[in-house]
Amino acid sequence: MSTYLRRYWQLYFLLILPIAYFLTFKYGPMYGIQIAFKDFNFFQGINDSEWIGWDAFREVFQNQDFYKTLRNTLMLNFLDLLVSFPAPLLLAIMLYEVKAVWFKKLSQTILYIPHFISWVIIGGIVYQVFGTQSGFVNNMWMALGFQPIPFLTDPNYWLVTYLLTGVWQSAGWGTILYLAALTGINKELYEAADMDGAGRLKRIWHITLPGLKTTIITLLIINLGNMVTIGFERPFVIGNVAVQDYSDVLSTFVYRIGLESGQYTLATVVGLFQAVVGLIFVLGANYASKKSTGEGIL
Amino acid sequence: MEKIADISKTTAVKAKTTTSKGDRIFDIVNITLLSIVVLVCLIPFIHILAISLSSARPIMSGEVSLFPVEWTTEAYVKVFSDMSMIRSLGFTVMLTVIFTILCMAMTIAAGYPLSKSNLKGRGFFMVLIIITMFFSGGIIPEYILVRNLHLLDTMWALILPGLISPFYLIIMISFFRNIPESLEEAAEMDGSSHFYTLWRIILPLSLPVIATLSLFYAVGRWNGFMDTLMYINSPDLYPLQLKLYQLIQNNMASELMRNEVVGSAQMMPESLKAASVIFATIPILIVYPWLQRYFVSGVMLGAVKG
Repeated sequence: MSTYLRRYWQLYFLLILPIAYFLTFKYGPMYGIQIAFKDFNFFQGINDSEWIGWDAFREVFQNQDFYKTLRNTLMLNFLDLLVSFPAPLLLAIMLYEVKAVWFKKLSQTILYIPHFISWVIIGGIVYQVFGTQSGFVNNMWMALGFQPIPFLTDPNYWLVTYLLTGVWQSAGWGTILYLAALTGINKELYEAADMDGAGRLKRIWHITLPGLKTTIITLLIINLGNMVTIGFERPFVIGNVAVQDYSDVLSTFVYRIGLESGQYTLATVVGLFQAVVGLIFVLGANYASKKSTGEGIL
Repeated sequence: MEKIADISKTTAVKAKTTTSKGDRIFDIVNITLLSIVVLVCLIPFIHILAISLSSARPIMSGEVSLFPVEWTTEAYVKVFSDMSMIRSLGFTVMLTVIFTILCMAMTIAAGYPLSKSNLKGRGFFMVLIIITMFFSGGIIPEYILVRNLHLLDTMWALILPGLISPFYLIIMISFFRNIPESLEEAAEMDGSSHFYTLWRIILPLSLPVIATLSLFYAVGRWNGFMDTLMYINSPDLYPLQLKLYQLIQNNMASELMRNEVVGSAQMMPESLKAASVIFATIPILIVYPWLQRYFVSGVMLGAVKG
């Protein structure tokens, strides 16, 4: 054992800070979850605050806003999946069929860019493009003689705006995985199809899509696993008071009741609910993935 | 004679398959559709750029679409002479650089030992790390931790909590594992210590993954917003995104108010908002092309062994 240590101590030495990081900043907050069962206030601290059992859970589950944000989270994620999931698949197939290498490279470079833009900036762009009075789209729309469309202030139109910005931001980036999977397809299959006189669409249908099947299923399952997890920034930045009934989701709800109103216990309960249900979804998705593709995602 | 006929036949077949009419129509439709998608990606940026370079009058009357009208660089002059904006940019650059360096140091320090399958306790450490990918304490306990560590309203609140991304760490580990072991063994034979091997042999071979992950960490910090909103109060420590957010919130408020009180609110000129958006985007667009060739392979690496 001591020779082992003498030989490998440097490796363990390297691990000290990273492990300390995980214990402090990842497991530390997990210790803090007990706030959900305590009447927490800062003066007493986590340990000295009084236990209240499941009281806070009862309060949350009687809260109408909680159900509203839960519904919105599921609704936004589900619609997002419907709209944003097929987009990169289609784009990847289109890119794959392009023969001119320079055009393909150029398109990819441009399509990836939105992924690197922050939601705050996208929020700014969305306002300039979709604003009711002076937005780009409405200017053109009104020039054609139509009434302006309230993209940002009417809940139904807001949903469209929310979904479109999601596609815009992520569709290009999402093609990477599909393109990677496509490099694995045997080129001889295409040649054979050519010989048999199959057109391009037939080739896509009979060779390309089956070649992507595993990737599609895996990504779909991962997405389903993330149904209750929703990023904070996108709904927070694109949402506004006028559409709050749709834009308020679990993460913004936690932020609002926790950090803005200081109801730490309630907010922790909602966060814990989200984490536990999210974990169940992810594990379920992993199980489904193992069943269907023979490979887990974990 | 027969042979020649044969050859001409095969070339004819080839020519037919590559330029058949249906094929050409497909290509034209495909390229056209892709071009439209690419333009849709670009147009918002071009529009913002046009707004930022236009005068207030044509902007308000909705004349500006893709080209600046009544060209002026006034908005940029204002952004660049706004000291708080420059300070915010400087702070964000510094924050991003420090963050990225520390993240990479930590990710490499964790990744190298964990790439050794014969390291005792490796399985335990991996489980410890992977759990954090799927379960977390949530933002309130995280906020309370940061507060208890007295990090609130310091730049460390924006650095320390995000030092290692488990997902990027796994990419790092799988990259290290693909480096031929014989290289390290040879170094070990020569009496090289692990530190030395890591520094002189492993890291020089890992530039692609280092570049990729650095880009991801840096972009994540540059674009990061939620934690700045939670942890930072003092305007001196406002990163760009937080500063921009205030402009945008101002946008939203004015968008809502316009229906009632037209023009009564003191609004920031549109061109100034647009110029600020461009101002915060440019640095990413400058770094991006340099690192692009790396990150595609990096993402695939992560996808293969997720």
